[in-house]
Amino acid sequence: MTERLEQLLREAFPGDEVAVEDRTGGGDHFQVTVTSARFDGLSLVEQHRLVYDALATPLADGTIHELRIKTKGSQ
Amino acid sequence: MTEVSDQIKQVVENEDVALFMKGTPQLVMCGNSQRALEALRRAGAPVTVVDVLPDPRIREELSALSGWPTIPQVFVRGELVGGADIVEELEASGELEATLREKLGEDYGATEERVVTVT
Repeated sequence: MTERLEQLLREAFPGDEVAVEDRTGGGDHFQVTVTSARFDGLSLVEQHRLVYDALATPLADGTIHELRIKTKGSQ
Repeated sequence: MTEVSDQIKQVVENEDVALFMKGTPQLVMCGNSQRALEALRRAGAPVTVVDVLPDPRIREELSALSGWPTIPQVFVRGELVGGADIVEELEASGELEATLREKLGEDYGATEERVVTVT
């Protein structure tokens, strides 16, 4: 599952640094970290929305039970 | 009987600080809801809580309104501030308190936590 989330994030943020950690080992609690110039100048809400958009399918189908997001801009 | 969506809209628009969470401050049912609640407490926010668990429609209608897919969700004067990660980050940097001062006034303060039931 970690790989699937990483793949979705890489497709949404091509060339950017993405990391996915399975926080509990159970395959449904994740910490994702994305570093992208696309976040520059955006509010945190807007930044997290981009991550949610990338992970819309696993969020909607219940695959992700808990998601923690950390976003970083290019600076 | 008012529609669920109207009740949610009323809470979002009328409460100074609204926290939609899983459970209540007395019995928190989710780690992220706990994190958001604690960050708001540290900032001294006057929190009004809605428990989304009693009826799945609450969560559906809330996400339809906010465009935010996860719980918890925090609003200050009708504006989405974010979920647990953002609220924690803004609290740690002092921006949450700055936002509360700006929107609620310099002398904003924590009142007793209120729980509003949406049915």
